[in-house]
Amino acid sequence: MASLDDLKKRIASVKSTQKITKAMKMVAAAKLRRAQENAEKGRPYSEKMNNIILNLSNSITDKENAPKLLMGTGEEKIHLCIVMTSDRGLCGGFNTNIIKKAKAYFNKILNEGKTLKIITVGSKGYDQLKRFYNANIIEKMSFKDSKSTNYLDAEKVGKIIIDNFVKKNFDVCTIFYNQFKNVITQIPQEQQIIPLKSSKIEEINSEDYYEFEPEEDEILNNLLPKNISTQIFKAMLENSASEQGSRMSAMDNATRNAGDMVDKLTIEYNRSRQASITKELIEIISGAESL
Amino acid sequence: MSEQFKVEIINPEKSFLLKENVTEVVIPAFEGEMGILKDHISIISFLKPGVIKVFSKSDEENYYVEDGIVEFKNNNLSILTSSIFNVKDLDSTKIDEMLKKAENDSNNSKIDDQNKYLIDQKIDTLKTLN
Repeated sequence: MASLDDLKKRIASVKSTQKITKAMKMVAAAKLRRAQENAEKGRPYSEKMNNIILNLSNSITDKENAPKLLMGTGEEKIHLCIVMTSDRGLCGGFNTNIIKKAKAYFNKILNEGKTLKIITVGSKGYDQLKRFYNANIIEKMSFKDSKSTNYLDAEKVGKIIIDNFVKKNFDVCTIFYNQFKNVITQIPQEQQIIPLKSSKIEEINSEDYYEFEPEEDEILNNLLPKNISTQIFKAMLENSASEQGSRMSAMDNATRNAGDMVDKLTIEYNRSRQASITKELIEIISGAESL
Repeated sequence: MSEQFKVEIINPEKSFLLKENVTEVVIPAFEGEMGILKDHISIISFLKPGVIKVFSKSDEENYYVEDGIVEFKNNNLSILTSSIFNVKDLDSTKIDEMLKKAENDSNNSKIDDQNKYLIDQKIDTLKTLN
């Protein structure tokens, strides 16, 4: 059995860990509120953007010459995957869930004999993927220095994607991120951004008639690259809200577990203290009896 | 009342401006300035650097934009832009800074004609604001 002194030290150390996790939970909760607000504020932009693009692509009659970003290159041999994770750890299953989802997709692609390229956004994703997919990672990005999620960062990612697409480095592009549902639930998502999923395009009603200035395809050519950045930005916002939510519940759990541990250790400490007192008493009594 | 319509300016981070009672909006569309009044036909267009003027009955507001997309439908005007500033908030030091950057870009020989055109537009607009 551990000595009294050891037990005392352990209790103290668990208690201070609990203080840290508690503080982290508070910080995450405060950040979560802001991130959630941002995510909500950012929604109208991406929704409007999507609407406009759907309207536009609906009115394009010449499908053959439609922009490649919309219709794809006609092949799907090379897949580019953008894996978006956080830059910091200690946020429960947040990163692992994205990676798991991404890995399943990677395996599917590799089994089909297609080429896989990966861009990681966020350093944790890179750390987890570099062991198995180092050869596939063509770029790693991290926005540790940015105080909050901002559009400029998303534009940087978007630009890299577009550059690679223009150079015909890939045919299909998919992004992986966590969608924020609530504090306890975040859903890992895979979303194809190039070519734009056609299922959505067919859904809308074709009654709207628009005038375009300049021509449809020129607008589309201008708009589609922006849409990529917008989608990335949306994913980043969702991700940051999810990260804080995930961290908050992870730290909440950790605080509770530390509390349980302190209780258990305190009981053990009290028992062994009593035991040693009893032992001393017995020694004194038996010493007195023998006299 | 009947000549009023709704305008909404959205940037990626938030909804920048929402006004229900505007009478006219002048936008710097890619092929030239365009004034939009109520019951305009549905239109989609995109912006070059310039100034958006929002008129309502009593006042006028000016916003400087660098790019964006405009959609007008059912008397709702939506402007999506990633770079927008209220002209009132722009002081000359900030304009100078932006002007300098634009001039740098303009002197870069690698850019293509369309970008060059956009940057020159930006420089012109900034100069008139200054």
